[in-house]
Amino acid sequence: MSEALLRIRNLRKQYGGKTVLESIDLDVAEHQVVCLIGGSGSGKSTLLRCVDLLDTVDDGTIHLGETELTDPRLNADAARRRIGVVFQSYNLFPHMSVLENVTLAPRKAHGIPRREAEQHALELLERLGLAEKARDYPDRLSGGQQQRVAIARALATKPELLLFDEITAALDPELVGEVLDVVTDLKQRGLTILMATHEMGFARHAADQVCFLEGGVIRERGTAEQVLSEPRHPSTQRFLARVLEHK
Amino acid sequence: MSEFTAAVPTPADTSGTAGYTPSAVQLERERYRAARRRRERLTAGVCALVLLVVVVVAVVSSPGWAEVHAKFLNGTEFRRYFGQILHGFWLNVQMFLVSEVLILALGLLVALVRVTRSPGLAPIRWAATAYVDVFRGVPTLLLIFLIGFGLPALQLQGTPSSPVVLGCIALVLSYGAYVGEVFRAGLNSVHPAQRNAAKALGLSEHQTLRHVILPQAVRNVVPPLLNDFIALQKDTALVATLGPLEALRVAQIGSYADFNYTPYLAAAALFIAVTVPITRYADWLQRKAIERQWAEAR
Repeated sequence: MSEALLRIRNLRKQYGGKTVLESIDLDVAEHQVVCLIGGSGSGKSTLLRCVDLLDTVDDGTIHLGETELTDPRLNADAARRRIGVVFQSYNLFPHMSVLENVTLAPRKAHGIPRREAEQHALELLERLGLAEKARDYPDRLSGGQQQRVAIARALATKPELLLFDEITAALDPELVGEVLDVVTDLKQRGLTILMATHEMGFARHAADQVCFLEGGVIRERGTAEQVLSEPRHPSTQRFLARVLEHK
Repeated sequence: MSEFTAAVPTPADTSGTAGYTPSAVQLERERYRAARRRRERLTAGVCALVLLVVVVVAVVSSPGWAEVHAKFLNGTEFRRYFGQILHGFWLNVQMFLVSEVLILALGLLVALVRVTRSPGLAPIRWAATAYVDVFRGVPTLLLIFLIGFGLPALQLQGTPSSPVVLGCIALVLSYGAYVGEVFRAGLNSVHPAQRNAAKALGLSEHQTLRHVILPQAVRNVVPPLLNDFIALQKDTALVATLGPLEALRVAQIGSYADFNYTPYLAAAALFIAVTVPITRYADWLQRKAIERQWAEAR
């Protein structure tokens, strides 16, 4: 079997004296969806920030294909162009229309001509059910629509890897479905996704691998079925009991 | 092919931070980063030095340099007047300190009046708005003339006649209008949800302002306020036009006596000696504020 697309080895991250990630080993193979679950402060978001080079790691390595992302000699901008990120709080640019949001990176960072970038963006928006919103500004859209625009923006540069950081956590419950449907569609199209999520139901049917983090360590990992239905580690059992109790 | 690519099995439990030793990869990375930092610092130092040398050489080799050196950088002149100028500068510092306190009080008062919504205070609110409009619109120097020469001319009983006091009144009125606007921007910058949260707890309008809004507003406006105070510190020299023996006036007298501009440079050096530390402090505060916001955004 060929090597995984994203390979994290012995990753360590600390803020001040506090260790927030420790001995993280994780592989994300091409076309896989890997879900990170765990309580707040468990290190899920930090792990994603390290992969996207928004934080420097304190030890260990991250490889994306042949490139070592943790190499300090790396051109971080060039590496980030290969990764698409969607944040919990959308972070759309409020002074740009939906279309401008989606075409900014292809045009400026990838040098794609406006006409071509807009054509691709419109195709993407069409697929995400946002075709008629292309000329609107973000403040005219609902949370779910904004987050779908954010996904379109991340997809516009045809990234090799997508990072989703609790992309439904800020949404009203009735809007969560429309965003998760998009993620399911992306999985079917064969994209590679590493995501932090609190949506256990979604993780169960969409994830190829689920990792449970606690205190900056991966406590348990396996198929969605294994981790979510038959958790072996006591802390995973406790966490799932707490989460499912309120469903 | 299995869909599940298991990496290395997870250790059941890992030891604390104490047992951690950096890997060879990490040590190599840290060496590289340290080397890069050294290289960057060296580049910065060399660039600064080259620029400095270029500027100094350009100035010193200019045709009029000998003349400028004698007229502006005369050591004898400097020694002759520096003591007097320093003595005069003490008056600038006093004017600055007294005005600053009054400006803060006036500015805050004006801002509070302008943000209140109670209908009974409407006339005062209008008066405050008019005050800000007028005094922010008039050049500070013009205001110093108007108050310095106009107020005594009224010959009212109890009006001060000291040019220092009159100058300070003009500065306070001029800067009070600016600082009032800074405070008002600060009060408006506090998120409306904070006001709602305070109201929901049953706090009165006054208590909300006093305990919730104002503390946050003041924290937000400290850097722009310091910026205004740097300007105020310099503008105390404008009071020289009314005649008191402050630094600029003393330097002017010295300069006229000897047909030499060195005393002006001595006065300039004194102003810089005070404003630069305040500027650095304002920068530092601003950086702290940005870091704080960034930490919240995480």
